[in-house]
Amino acid sequence: MTVPMAKFFLLSFKVIMLCLAVDAVFEDQVGKFDWRQQYVGNVRFAHFDAHLQSSKKVILATEKNVFAAVNTRTGELFWRHVDKNGPEGNINALLHHGQDAVLVVGNGRILRSWDINVGGLNWEIVLDSGSFQAASFVGQQDTVKNVAVLKKTALSLHYLSNGHQKWIENLPDGETVDYQFVYSGGTGEVYVLGVLPHSHIAIVTYSVDDGEIIKQVSVEAPWLSNIQSSCAMVSQGILMCMDTLSTSLYMLDVHAQTQMTQIPLESLGLHVAPDFLPVLVSAQPNPSRRPLSEFLLQLSPDHYLLLQLNNGQIVTLRDFKPAMLASFATTGDKTVVAVMSPKNKTACSVNLFSAETGRRLLDTTLNVNIDPNSGKPEKLYVQTFLKKDDSVGYRVMLQTEDHTLSFLQQPGRVVWTREESLSDVVTMEMVDLPLTGTQAELEGEFGKKAAIQDGLMSMVLKRLSSQLILLQAWVAHLWKLFYDARKPHSQVKNDVSIETLSRDEFNLQKMMVMVTASGKLFGIDSKTGTILWRHYLENIPSNAAFKLMVQRTTAHFPHPPQCTLLIKDKDTGLTTLHVFNPIFGKKSHVAPPALPQPILQSLMLPLMDQDYAKVLLLVDDQYKVSAFPSTKNVLQQLQEMASSIFFYLVDSIQGRLSGYRLRTDLSTELIWEVVIPTEIQTIVSVKGKRPNEHVHSQGRVMGDRSVLYKYLNPNLLAVVTESTDMHQERSFIGILLIDGVSGRIIHEVVQRKARGPVHVVHSENWVVYEYWSTKSRRNEFSVIELYEGMELYNSTVFSSLDRPHAPQVLQQSYIFPSSISTMEATLTEKGITSRHLLIGLPSGGILSLPKMFLDPRRPEIISEQSREENLIPYAPELIIRTEWFVNYNQTVSRVRGIYTAPSGLESTCLVVAYGLDIYQTRVYPSKQFDVLKDDYDYMLISSVLFALFFATMISKRLAEVKLLNRAWR
Amino acid sequence: MKPLISLKATFISFIVSFVCIKIAWCNNGRRVSDAQDAEFSDFSVPLEHSFEVDDVGRFRVRGALLLKAGRESGVSLSQNHLTQDDRIKLKDVASVDGLYRIRVPRVSLQADRQMERHMEGYLTAFVRACAMVESHLSDVITLHTDLSGTLIGISIVTLPGACTGTDVEDEVDLELFNTTLSVMAPVNAPGPETALFLERMEQESEKKGKNPQEQKSFFAKYWYLILGGAIFLMASNSAQPPAGGGREQS
Repeated sequence: MTVPMAKFFLLSFKVIMLCLAVDAVFEDQVGKFDWRQQYVGNVRFAHFDAHLQSSKKVILATEKNVFAAVNTRTGELFWRHVDKNGPEGNINALLHHGQDAVLVVGNGRILRSWDINVGGLNWEIVLDSGSFQAASFVGQQDTVKNVAVLKKTALSLHYLSNGHQKWIENLPDGETVDYQFVYSGGTGEVYVLGVLPHSHIAIVTYSVDDGEIIKQVSVEAPWLSNIQSSCAMVSQGILMCMDTLSTSLYMLDVHAQTQMTQIPLESLGLHVAPDFLPVLVSAQPNPSRRPLSEFLLQLSPDHYLLLQLNNGQIVTLRDFKPAMLASFATTGDKTVVAVMSPKNKTACSVNLFSAETGRRLLDTTLNVNIDPNSGKPEKLYVQTFLKKDDSVGYRVMLQTEDHTLSFLQQPGRVVWTREESLSDVVTMEMVDLPLTGTQAELEGEFGKKAAIQDGLMSMVLKRLSSQLILLQAWVAHLWKLFYDARKPHSQVKNDVSIETLSRDEFNLQKMMVMVTASGKLFGIDSKTGTILWRHYLENIPSNAAFKLMVQRTTAHFPHPPQCTLLIKDKDTGLTTLHVFNPIFGKKSHVAPPALPQPILQSLMLPLMDQDYAKVLLLVDDQYKVSAFPSTKNVLQQLQEMASSIFFYLVDSIQGRLSGYRLRTDLSTELIWEVVIPTEIQTIVSVKGKRPNEHVHSQGRVMGDRSVLYKYLNPNLLAVVTESTDMHQERSFIGILLIDGVSGRIIHEVVQRKARGPVHVVHSENWVVYEYWSTKSRRNEFSVIELYEGMELYNSTVFSSLDRPHAPQVLQQSYIFPSSISTMEATLTEKGITSRHLLIGLPSGGILSLPKMFLDPRRPEIISEQSREENLIPYAPELIIRTEWFVNYNQTVSRVRGIYTAPSGLESTCLVVAYGLDIYQTRVYPSKQFDVLKDDYDYMLISSVLFALFFATMISKRLAEVKLLNRAWR
Repeated sequence: MKPLISLKATFISFIVSFVCIKIAWCNNGRRVSDAQDAEFSDFSVPLEHSFEVDDVGRFRVRGALLLKAGRESGVSLSQNHLTQDDRIKLKDVASVDGLYRIRVPRVSLQADRQMERHMEGYLTAFVRACAMVESHLSDVITLHTDLSGTLIGISIVTLPGACTGTDVEDEVDLELFNTTLSVMAPVNAPGPETALFLERMEQESEKKGKNPQEQKSFFAKYWYLILGGAIFLMASNSAQPPAGGGREQS
């Protein structure tokens, strides 16, 4: 290589770098085209910060291993800490006292204390191993100084101030007795209660000061199996237990007694609902004092009782029936019970009752409207405060089945709502918004049916009336502009509601239909992130798989758009369909077919019925096909098309891929079979191409002006396999490119010494995959590109049945400096714009990596031709450039999926990243080549135009005069 | 020598896909047998085909795949003639746009591993019967194996592959199969080419090292020009009367 060449290499590299689109946003564009919503997940523990009267915090610990504080005035996050995913970061317990919140994390592995004012970590200590049972504050003389953590075999006491261990003691008979409960009543003793199921209760009393065992008692209780679920500590160390078999309460003074006292519920005049496990709830407002002597007993799903233990006698203070939820709350020295009772079908009311007397407090009614599109109330968290006149005021936070938190205040105003199910989005689609009413009117006027039926005169009238409507709308628009212009800019709010929704000029605003794991569907405006509709599907199995399909888009006015959600129980394979309108969220009147058989495969055909709904084919386990919608028209079309409808099934357990062809009687026939032996490798994923993808250019122009044609097989599947042998020398991943129609294996490649998880993107004529290289211990990308060669076999149409020549395969691999969470390719309207890969990183960044860098034709040695083609010289490492992050500082936590959708502008691709957070933005892979810049100088260009125009006019005139003069001469 | 290798390496990915296709023995009804391998038990598996007007699979033997034992695994194919009845039937199937299907049992291509495990089931593939007829029974059958040499798939294409509707003289053209048989094993994917890249970088830096002029900084290279320029500037400044500056300002 000569010196000038090396120089040129560097120079060309620089030029290419400069030429590449810089995706970074300008400072004034922040938040203009993008938004982020942060979620915490379904709440497991919630405490109101009560140490200051003016405090407006509620601290939440969730099932997503998130610990956060939410502003009770606005519902926004004060701060949030996202722990590790999975059991390692699982929050077992949350204790809250004053400014400190103590968390037990990871099955008792870590004890942490947080300052809830700022969300800073006070201290963190690693506990000894052993599975976590319970934790509790331990107080003495009205101050809380210690935290007790009960493990399977040991009890440890820690200082609240610094986390240091005060003492740790092994529990006696730890192998046999199941210790489940730790209790301290502020007396200088810690009680640990364990149970030997169906035999006895073991009570061990420790001294707080040195951990010495003061007393050890064993009490007969052959009916008891679990203390945590059936017992509660009441009053001065009285253990109250519920026996469901004999329907009686058992009472035991842990200080003194060695025998339990039985109190049958019948003797109190109470009856338990059949098939219901009664629940005891007690309250200990201050951990350094004894619990209250009042407690709640739930006897049936809608029946609560407030009971009091008075000198060994149980007294019924109040009977709440019907009552959906009840809970204690304390402020100052007053403890109240909040009870939620149903009023009618759509409304409930919450009332406060004094815990001591059971009397209803005046003016404490709060009305709750139950949204029919949300689930049943599940939990009630009450924030109480003392008003100026020393009466108790309160607000409630209501948690419903669909993981929604709503915060209400008297007399029933919803202060805020958090849709926490959006922290677990499973799948989504973006649907075009409909036309406005006036546009729709015009569409209707010139619909083909109308023109035939009506005569000339009525058409003219129609035309006039629609023009009038347009005029009216324009005047209204002008008036609004005029009206808004007088107001200061900040006050002009453009409220988004379903009624005002309409498609914008470039179709940049769309409806995001999101399906969450809890079974709640959302319609979100992509421009602002406003939730426009929500719909909760009840009875969704916990292991359901979802597939969302758009059957009819908004393009077919007056037919409403239609989406179909396929919900499949993974265990049984039984499937239900939910058909709805994606713009309004309403369930469609179209009745979905009943599907008694498990469904193996579903496929959307490009066929449409007479109402422009695409046909959905469902294949059941008998290999019979049913169509939805299944009108006569559809069945007829299917019969005509049957011989060209193919589908494939994947059975990853048996490693079998099989292809079927549809017959005219809607049965199927097996036409090809590929079997990958499961002893060696297992099928991990199968990726086809996106059906709405367009490829603009058929080939690539080479340096010598010849064309290398792409192998654009729309039926191509990328099958990813992983080896069963996980030894790092022998493990491998395999990529199999199979034609989904003919079953022909186009290419088979094996990446040795590699391991999953494999992330794949399959588009156009390329497959990009990412894997972990066990040999070099790093993440690597590999790209496979397929080319037909220098000439096309059949340039007019592609048929899988008639492509005898195997494509040329090029492949290249690169090192990637980070692991990745998910990967997707950008998508644009016509496919002219160059492609980028959007890579979700575990750090929360969304990286937009130009596909140009993943090109197997990148030359190792630059030649004249490769320079002509603008190929970047090969470098083994892909560098992460900070300006490639499309979400600048808007970290998206635990990103699980990225969805891309084309917009009406060819340059623009809409991107939604979802995980714990949801982030929406736009990307311009080839810059905004079809949009004028924001700072485009209209004045200059128009003044230049006018000036030139007048200059030509004047000079023309002058020339005429001159010619005339010359003619006279 | 080394740059040569790197030159070649650019084309490796082009060539790799062709190298891996081991073209096996192909013939038309002729058996190839090797005397040396005869003592190992050569393993043969049937290649079956089916073409029915009602598209129900009724598979009959079309030929036999002969798997060679020993280290060098090879496959050869011996095929039967198409009988008169079959020829008529094939044309009938072609006229209703039926399918011509083939299948092989799931086996390992390494004949010595045959006895180790027995797998059930078949691998099937198809072409349109009309394509079979119009190509005069000239087809390309590819056997795909996994890393261990087990068959995972079979594919069949005809050359030419299209159905144009041309009529075929049955007697002569539809008697003998003209089959190209190949075995395709998975290709090893290339890893990142760090070694070559580093080598190239080293070479570049070496070349820079050899040529000390390249190493010189901007000032070292052009000191005389800069100096000359500076002297010229100073000289012109001192030569110009200060009044000149004043005139410019006014």
